[in-house]
Amino acid sequence: MSETAEGLSLRQSRPRYGEKIIRSILALAAFVSIFTTFGIVVSLLIPSIEFFLEVPITDFLFGTVWTPLFKNGEFGVIPLLSGTIVITLIAIAVAIPLGLGASIYLSEYASDRVRKVLKPTLEVLAGIPTVVFGFFALEFLTQAILIKIFPEIEVFNALSAGLIMGVMIIPTIASLSEDAMAAVPSGLRDGAYALGSSKRQTAMKVVMPAALSGIVAAFVLGISRAIGETMIVTIAAGLQPQLSFNPLMGMQTMTSYIAAAGSGDLATGSIEYKSIFAVGMLLFLLTFIMNIFSIRLVRRFRQAYQ
Amino acid sequence: MNQPNEITMHLDHSLSARGASIPPETSDPVFTLDNVSVLYGDYSAIRNVTLPIGRNEITAFIGPSGCGKSTLLRSFNRMNDLIPGAHLTGTVAYHGTDIYGPNVDPIEVRRKVGMVFQKPNVFPKSIYENVAYGPKVNGAKGNLDDLVEECLSRAALWNEVKDDLKKSAYALSGGQQQRLVIARCIAVKPEVILMDEPCASLDPLATAKIEDLMVELASDYTIIIVTHNMQQAARVSDRTAFFTAELDDNGIRHGRLVEFGRTRELFSSPTDPRTEDYISGRFG
Repeated sequence: MSETAEGLSLRQSRPRYGEKIIRSILALAAFVSIFTTFGIVVSLLIPSIEFFLEVPITDFLFGTVWTPLFKNGEFGVIPLLSGTIVITLIAIAVAIPLGLGASIYLSEYASDRVRKVLKPTLEVLAGIPTVVFGFFALEFLTQAILIKIFPEIEVFNALSAGLIMGVMIIPTIASLSEDAMAAVPSGLRDGAYALGSSKRQTAMKVVMPAALSGIVAAFVLGISRAIGETMIVTIAAGLQPQLSFNPLMGMQTMTSYIAAAGSGDLATGSIEYKSIFAVGMLLFLLTFIMNIFSIRLVRRFRQAYQ
Repeated sequence: MNQPNEITMHLDHSLSARGASIPPETSDPVFTLDNVSVLYGDYSAIRNVTLPIGRNEITAFIGPSGCGKSTLLRSFNRMNDLIPGAHLTGTVAYHGTDIYGPNVDPIEVRRKVGMVFQKPNVFPKSIYENVAYGPKVNGAKGNLDDLVEECLSRAALWNEVKDDLKKSAYALSGGQQQRLVIARCIAVKPEVILMDEPCASLDPLATAKIEDLMVELASDYTIIIVTHNMQQAARVSDRTAFFTAELDDNGIRHGRLVEFGRTRELFSSPTDPRTEDYISGRFG
């Protein structure tokens, strides 16, 4: 009798240490990126605050001259901001139409055989190091092509950097948009065809709107990559901060300033050194706002369609 | 052995009142199938079907799974064209014109022959835009309010949605969505409506509404319905085609038309033993 009572014990028979260890390792993996982000913010924040104690924040945000390396240099970030915006605009003007066009072709028009070859080939573009793209922009695009069309173009110019950056972003936009469109239930396509829609009408009026949240997310990710891209602009767009919207001129972006100044021999603790962190902070905030905005946008489209 | 069993007697009760006025032979066919087979690559899903579809009648296709009835339905509006490798032999004549002949645009065929699917496939748009979609892609311009109201009324949905036309169609229940799909279909002004198990995903109440609607629509439209539900075929259809899946000499499964006739007769006195077995629930 007593034996059966003991046999019925439902208490844990032996400790399961492995479970706890695995759990801790997995949690650590998840938290590393959060801690890193937090660490970046803190490390940006302290030198940035020190910077703004010396340079008024209004001078920084609204000043139109950026000459940090000169004696009595000025710290108006507008030229870096305009450089970033001009090059980003050129890049998305290339990447959005071509990327979206490629995704519509892949998802709605291409046969299975063509898609199986084309999609991985396109994704190889995303694997090319950006430094290669940068030299391609400078040595080939500018020297061999653009200079023949625009003889007055500068050797370092925003146009070549923006165009090549656009090409670099195409696979990101194409691949993510294609995923979004491929996920649209085939019943919707059948419904559209059964109402007498052509292929184009089905793609444009039913599939694309149904995949809109995913497509918008792809655009935003593409734009974020353009804003954050460093190597192409450092190599091909030059290092002259100037407030101009002429893409044939050289420009400096926020990222290329950070890269150039950060790799120079600035004295730690100098105002020039701290300016790197102020620009980095601004860049961080811009992409952060973009991401928040895109999450909102995606959520709004989803709500409308479910 | 020939005593009517319970199921056939029950079906007999639910036979539609319309059935009585249907002539024995189809006199004015909208569609005439002649020796139609549909192949996917080398594999034929359904073989050698010859069948007329009468104007303003409801024709039901019944039979076990895999008998090719849905495949056959999709050949009436060339939806099988969208499946790579699908291929049709024989003729599908629409008012005497082979819709698979040269110079036939499948898009034009689909404007004349609408389709309602098993799962309500409303578009992720507003209720209004769902109905207006077909006319718009077919070139309609200007104000479509009257057309939208007419089609929603015709689909017995207007009273339920008239204040919510701008709301997403996804907010509707399954039965309402299926009626919206029917409204969307008739907005293109087709002559024929194909229905591929339109009530398969609906509850009995929503099913009853769709069935009433089908009978109502048959005064203006020719309807072909594929259904697994034999009572539904008995309740709504004028003529029934019974299909079955067979193995050929090489052991390849394919669909065959076994029997076609007035629904009343097919259900009360089937001529083929396979039909009798199926409708009395002995197999399939």
